[in-house]
Amino acid sequence: MSNAVATDVQVAPNMNGSPRNASEAVAKSLKRRYAAEKRFRAYGLVAIIFAALCLAILLVTIVGKGYSAFTQTMIRLDITLYPQDIDPDGTRDPDVLSTANYQKLVKQAVQDLFPEVTNRRERRHLQEIISPGATYHIRDAVLEDTSLIGQRLVIEVPVSDDLDQFNKGFISGDVPEVERRVSDKQIAWFNRLKDRGVIISTFNTTLFTAGDSREPELAGIWGAVVGSFFTMAVTLLLSFPLAVGAAVYLEEFAPKNRWTDLIEVNINNLAAVPSIVFGLLGLAVFINFFGLPRSAPVVGGMVLALMTLPTIIIAARAALKAVPPSIREGAFGIGASPIQVVTHHVLPLAMPGILTGTIIGMAQALGETAPLLMIGMVAFIVDIPGGPLDPSTVLPVQIYLWSDAPERAFEERASAAIMVLLGFLIMMNAIAVVLRKRFERRW
Amino acid sequence: MADSTPQAMPQEAAPISEPPPAAEPLKTSTDSGNGAVKFASRKVCVYYGEKQALFDVDLDVLKNKVTALIGPSGCGKSTYLRCLNRMNDTIPICRVTGEISLDGVDIHSKAVDVVHLRARVGMVFQKPNPFPKSIYDNIAYGPRIHGIASSKGELDDIVQSSLEKAGLLKEVHDRLQEPGTGLSGGQQQRLCIARAVAVEPEVILMDEPCSALDPIATARIEELIDELRENYTIVIVTHSMQQAARVSQRTGFFHLGELVEFGETEQIFTNPQDERTQGYITGRFG
Repeated sequence: MSNAVATDVQVAPNMNGSPRNASEAVAKSLKRRYAAEKRFRAYGLVAIIFAALCLAILLVTIVGKGYSAFTQTMIRLDITLYPQDIDPDGTRDPDVLSTANYQKLVKQAVQDLFPEVTNRRERRHLQEIISPGATYHIRDAVLEDTSLIGQRLVIEVPVSDDLDQFNKGFISGDVPEVERRVSDKQIAWFNRLKDRGVIISTFNTTLFTAGDSREPELAGIWGAVVGSFFTMAVTLLLSFPLAVGAAVYLEEFAPKNRWTDLIEVNINNLAAVPSIVFGLLGLAVFINFFGLPRSAPVVGGMVLALMTLPTIIIAARAALKAVPPSIREGAFGIGASPIQVVTHHVLPLAMPGILTGTIIGMAQALGETAPLLMIGMVAFIVDIPGGPLDPSTVLPVQIYLWSDAPERAFEERASAAIMVLLGFLIMMNAIAVVLRKRFERRW
Repeated sequence: MADSTPQAMPQEAAPISEPPPAAEPLKTSTDSGNGAVKFASRKVCVYYGEKQALFDVDLDVLKNKVTALIGPSGCGKSTYLRCLNRMNDTIPICRVTGEISLDGVDIHSKAVDVVHLRARVGMVFQKPNPFPKSIYDNIAYGPRIHGIASSKGELDDIVQSSLEKAGLLKEVHDRLQEPGTGLSGGQQQRLCIARAVAVEPEVILMDEPCSALDPIATARIEELIDELRENYTIVIVTHSMQQAARVSQRTGFFHLGELVEFGETEQIFTNPQDERTQGYITGRFG
């Protein structure tokens, strides 16, 4: 028997000629093997460069389009607050003050800028250089400090969105008058105002403090941010405990049989279901059947929770699987009950992984638009939502709405909103990375 | 080489290898004049799914003695050890038949709760597996979940005395709050022994406790086992026959899922009755 093996070994090199043949064969193939490796590295490098380039183009486009939205062209208006217009009875009643005719005062102040304009049509044309929101600025100033009534007030109010765009250089004065949204006269007035030094450029706080508006210079993302916050809160509250519970049960307690296999397959399938399907489900079940309010973050949160559940379950199961069995055995070995083993040892060790999965799932939900369109969160909502039951919209839907708007000024605001959304997403992913690094355990 | 039918062998081998215990009824308290029986097992079979891993093992573990289980890899000695604290319950496909009694009470009966059983029968594993917590919390965990200590001071005492018993106190007394995973391999294993001792078990099962350790750490653990014998009953699975000879009073030899021979350590190593035992301890196979 052992003899036969020995001859076999000797035969092998003889079949290819001399025993040195193997070394020659290796030498010959070396070049080819190294070439293959070089090729593979080159492919990888090209792929990375391509991906980085795409990302750079995306970011440059968004920032290039959106950065101008962070400034707003304002005009310093010299306005006289006549008591007879604001508070004829002198009661200082807030109801009277908030419903007073400030528009008349603004009109007068604008008229005073160019007293030489007397033609009725031109006067109306002149009024268009100022934003309709100017009256709110003055009303707010008066409501804040009633002693201003009867005084002269120098206040900065936004110019109209078209002039703002002109000032930022997006509307060129070189094209024929009929092809642009500001007239030659308005440009002339604007330039004269500029020479007088009453046109200034300020940081656009409105963008971060206001809700949506028909007027771009009055529109902000705060309503959408608050809506997103309530939606995410509902999503997290629903999906995290449900998903962790499901993952722990499936991983630690459930018997491994045909039913749990079926459940596992279905969870994996759910993760791949198009999100709009979840939107339809939410519309049919939560709104039509259970009668929950439309356009509300609570329904949006429930829909997104359904969508996020499989993501978190899969991540949590992977994290639980990664906990070494020796830890479980150690705990069982000193008499811990199964639930103690899970809550004292397995779950804390798996938590960084679970949290990472949760944050990634939440980031996914934060950027989700389609299912929210189905449940009416695409409505035009000016008010800042006060709770999860108030109608509201969310950041990605706000971006969708603005990018659909005809005004040029909304385009830059949509890009600015994208930057804010990306900022949130990068922040969430950074937290996930930090969590993973910080609580990574070695055993 | 030994390709006989598994069912036939133990019946032939058992009467030769262990005349006193095998013949006696289950609930004996004494045998061969050596002391009380702690664990008595009769016809223990273990199945992993369809595959049978243990065949009709009859074995008595005596109180305050060290019982060593030796045999080649995959012979079922660890599987048998894990039956004693029902650790095999945690493996879904594993099935145990036969009877194992602790102090005369069947550990599979309804009267015995598995959590309580594991508190009475502690275990130390092959690879040191301290929890990723502080040294203090590693030891305090058992007493905490069982509610053994009623106050912080009492818990401190348990931690101190457990570390003392495991011979680790001198080395770690000033760094109890440091993570247990930061200790050396030998220290980690002694920490695991301290952790097992802290719940005041009656029996300590050790599954190849020295296989991951260097000779010095191994010698330290062996010394420790000898000290612990005074208060605890110890069952140790080991690959090293020298270790079995050094630390144990009684030795069982497993082969292919059968208990081939079981008796006084001296007798097993000097005058084995079965030719397979002889082959193994003289290094002819295994």
